[in-house]
Amino acid sequence: MERVVITGIGLTAPNGNTLGEFRQALLEGRGGIQDYEIRYFGKTHAGLCNYDAQKYQTKKELRRGTRAGSIAIYCSHEAVNDSGLDWDSVDRSRVGVYIGVTEHGNVETENEVYNISKFDYDTSMWTHFHNPRTVANNPAGEVTVNMKISGPHYCLGAACAAGNTGLIQGMQMLQLQECDVALAGGISESVHTFGIFAAFNNQGALASHAESVKASRPLDKNRNGIVVSEGGCMYVLERLSDAQARGAKIYGEIVGYNINSDATDFVLPNPERQAECIVNALKKANLQPQDIDIVNLHATGTHSGDIQECSGLRKVFVDCPKTHFNATKGFIGHAMGAAGALELAGNLPAFEDGMCHACLNIDELDEECALPNLVIDAPKKLENARYILNTSFGMLGINSVVIIKKFEE
Amino acid sequence: MTKEEIREAVLEILSDIEPDEDLTGLKDDVSFRDQMDLDSMSFLDIVMELRRRYKVEIPEEEYTALNSMNSTVEYLAPKMADIVK
Repeated sequence: MERVVITGIGLTAPNGNTLGEFRQALLEGRGGIQDYEIRYFGKTHAGLCNYDAQKYQTKKELRRGTRAGSIAIYCSHEAVNDSGLDWDSVDRSRVGVYIGVTEHGNVETENEVYNISKFDYDTSMWTHFHNPRTVANNPAGEVTVNMKISGPHYCLGAACAAGNTGLIQGMQMLQLQECDVALAGGISESVHTFGIFAAFNNQGALASHAESVKASRPLDKNRNGIVVSEGGCMYVLERLSDAQARGAKIYGEIVGYNINSDATDFVLPNPERQAECIVNALKKANLQPQDIDIVNLHATGTHSGDIQECSGLRKVFVDCPKTHFNATKGFIGHAMGAAGALELAGNLPAFEDGMCHACLNIDELDEECALPNLVIDAPKKLENARYILNTSFGMLGINSVVIIKKFEE
Repeated sequence: MTKEEIREAVLEILSDIEPDEDLTGLKDDVSFRDQMDLDSMSFLDIVMELRRRYKVEIPEEEYTALNSMNSTVEYLAPKMADIVK
């Protein structure tokens, strides 16, 4: 199989609209969670993005399209710009768009039901844009329309494991020669649906705190649930030979990956299957746990989820003195379908600066979440950062892992 | 509504559904398509907004009446005459 590398990154997160801004916020300990209020549900906390939506779309496109599409378009353009690809000369029929999503269409459906409620639920008032807005390929499709890409596009529904699955799909399609450039990653606009807040709340899994910026506190003893966020992260992936031929800047190489299923429960995680997923990814990369320099946890901030996840990690990473662990959701909350892709991006600059960013909001570490070399208070300079392992897990027991290697010839 | 009021109402709808267009120089006797970047979804938008805002129903076979501002106002005048602005 041909080697596949990352040559461009475009993102928006609650604490940054470029990789540079995002990375700086992670190193400086700046979170992006704020007060939020949504129809029916009321006041809560959320991570919201403030990227310039009109940078790549007209007002008409924004009116017709979805927030998911808008995030995907912004991130895709930024990724292509970052990659240095001469977009005008790229054969667009050889570009593939693969976007991981937790869910899609809830925002638009909720909005439309609300709109027709003002007309006594007369369905003749239901917008004709509903179907193109809610088809499951919407965000990826909007990217192709906006960027005139005529290669394959689709979304991968993979709950909160979706960001990694987008990346994995892009890599595989490049290896299968289905495309020459893959725009791959994950996005989420779920903060615009009241349903996700109400459901997490009724499940006892929605965070609350007097200060919004402290509400998302994975691994902390006093964590009390998830903070929902929006965000997106798209990567430009290319086969190594193509990237080298055009002298592209290479962020890293995807050397290992795995997706598996718990096969046990709708919502409760299964640490054995999570550990198995990590072990399988290491095997594919021909690596040992000791080889990994940074492990980015999924760690959402639920009481049992974090404990289960850490117990799985402790089974895999035994006697790994140079392996460090961090978690990103204390900064940005849970960006759902974007989480895996965004959190990986936050760690990739470690290949350059050698820094492992810290977690945020761990005032008192939960003993049951203790891991050796968990970077808690301040970023830590590593002796050498060559391998990053990124985990992302989701409902219905979907687990995903990617391993990125610092680029070496 | 008077014809002038109907024209204003249509203009308001057009500015909402075509937010990038400058409508100040819109020529009432020239077809919308020749002056704006309208597609079939745009015309459905006009029909939907007339329905939502003024409860005006436009049968599909009569969509061609929405060709220009003049033809639209002429077509809507009897349908909207009883609406009090």
